[in-house]
Amino acid sequence: MARPPATAEEIAALEDMARRIRVTVIRTVNRVKVGHVGGPLSSADILAALYGRLLRIRPSEPHWPDRDRFILSKGHSALGQYAAMALAGYFPLDEMFTFDQKGSRLQGHPDMNKLPGIDISTGSLGMGLSAGLGFALGARHLGRDVRTWVLLGDGECQEGQVWEAAHVAPRFAADSLIAIVDHNKFQQFGWRGQNAKDRLPPEEPGHLAARFAAFGWRVLEMDGHDMPAVLATLEAAAQPEGRPVAVIAHTLKGRGVSFMEGDYAWHMGVPTPEQFATAMAELGEPMEDAA
Amino acid sequence: MSLPMGRALREVFGEVVTELAASDPRIVMLDGDLGSSTRAQIFEDAFPERYYQMGIAEQNMLGVAAGMAEMGCVPFISTFVAFALHRPLDQIRVLVAQTGANVKITAGYTGLFTGRAGKTHQVVDDISIARAMPGMVVISPADEVETREVLAWSVAYDGPVFIRLVRDATQTLFQPGHRFQFGKVKVVREGGDVTLISTGTQTPRVVDAAEILAANGIEAHVVHVPTIKPLDEAGIVAAAERTGRVVTVEEHSVIGGLGGAVAETLSEHRPTRVDRIGIQDHYTESAADQELLDMYCLSAERVAQRVRKLLASTGTVRSCD
Repeated sequence: MARPPATAEEIAALEDMARRIRVTVIRTVNRVKVGHVGGPLSSADILAALYGRLLRIRPSEPHWPDRDRFILSKGHSALGQYAAMALAGYFPLDEMFTFDQKGSRLQGHPDMNKLPGIDISTGSLGMGLSAGLGFALGARHLGRDVRTWVLLGDGECQEGQVWEAAHVAPRFAADSLIAIVDHNKFQQFGWRGQNAKDRLPPEEPGHLAARFAAFGWRVLEMDGHDMPAVLATLEAAAQPEGRPVAVIAHTLKGRGVSFMEGDYAWHMGVPTPEQFATAMAELGEPMEDAA
Repeated sequence: MSLPMGRALREVFGEVVTELAASDPRIVMLDGDLGSSTRAQIFEDAFPERYYQMGIAEQNMLGVAAGMAEMGCVPFISTFVAFALHRPLDQIRVLVAQTGANVKITAGYTGLFTGRAGKTHQVVDDISIARAMPGMVVISPADEVETREVLAWSVAYDGPVFIRLVRDATQTLFQPGHRFQFGKVKVVREGGDVTLISTGTQTPRVVDAAEILAANGIEAHVVHVPTIKPLDEAGIVAAAERTGRVVTVEEHSVIGGLGGAVAETLSEHRPTRVDRIGIQDHYTESAADQELLDMYCLSAERVAQRVRKLLASTGTVRSCD
């Protein structure tokens, strides 16, 4: 059953959650001096929509058998997922500062055996869609009403395994499987453009949508930073129509912080104190709360 | 007297997993387009709705298996070892072994018998690779009786298991009623002159070799190692102590396989001379099964010949003549 559309207040709350995901990601990187930044920022609105509204989950009961499954196939954006999970109530926000530190549950890439709420470990690119198809087929086999959401990167779609999964999923009419591609037009390094600083996008415009469609998927596209559009598109994607669904989310790498936007070098990076202050100001976060 | 020929392990695989599935609805079969070869087609005939044809795309297949396992299914894999382990190795590492997913990697066509498919399909380093992965159980049953036991055991065990299956008919070692003991070696012949340690369908050939040796006045102590990981270290040490001289024999590379595991264990716990009979550091080639066993020094006659030479020599004996 489709829920009633989000109210203006609910949309505003999700937009603020996305803002807080971005703040949390940058605060964490600033504190622990390590981590991916660009990808979590491009995914933040999608993660807020999922963890703030769309996922059928119980953060206090992370192993609830009938929960929706979420797979961060682009596992290097773990900081974004952790921030969303913390804000959704899986663990205290302060635990973010243990990220990548000795003994932490918040590993550099998501680890299901360490952090309850991670449905499957990722980190080696290209694997999440297959695991997601496994969740969808397993849920059907066991008679469970479970939806599976997989967030992929556009660079990640260069992995052949993505297309192995894409090829076979429609044969099983896996319509509880929803792939979302964070199409932020960058990958870690990529092909050289006009100069060393200018990197070419991982995919030609339109290719990702065309390829999923050619494989027999239902394809939707959205502005991945427009919360009402994100909610409407993902709600529509979750309505089963007999085929798996691919949502191409057009996003901007580093979204929300001017000097990170569209700069491939912010795939990973640690801000200087001045850059950190600028980032917090641009995200509307008071500095006294930020550090 | 040779041990009698039995049924091919692949036939046993197809039948037994189908039998197990009849009483365990969690069991599903994922096939990489080789069910007609691996005999998973027996499962498809019985349970078409539980047979997931994943096509010729094994990286995806192992990923799907991991997802289905996490959801609560017990997936079995149907393909040849080259495509069950080597092709999807990173998927197994990250999604199956690191997570502890309850996936049964039933690897077909291990060793030399591939229907003359040659070196691409002849995999002789799978034990080395699989046993290096933390969390992975590695089992190589000797015959049809033990394969039946191992498959049933694997369903009761919650975690990833790599099981080596064989294409062609091989000899029967065990009588019906034999019980597979996970993580334990099995002494299959007593003797005081040399300890022969083997695994998989090579063990029956080693038992035959021991009879040839006995005719020459050498009494071999023969130990079968169905569970290569976790290795029964106490059992290996006891076997070595029995004679003070160990020869490992495997239809597998001498690098990192059973011989490697035995040498590692003994060098730590009871330093003992260990010679390793198996495929040397080269790729193999197409030939008939018996020709392959002779070429690579794995037939009963060749093993006996090699062991006699080793016992008569103070150095290593690499040649198979």
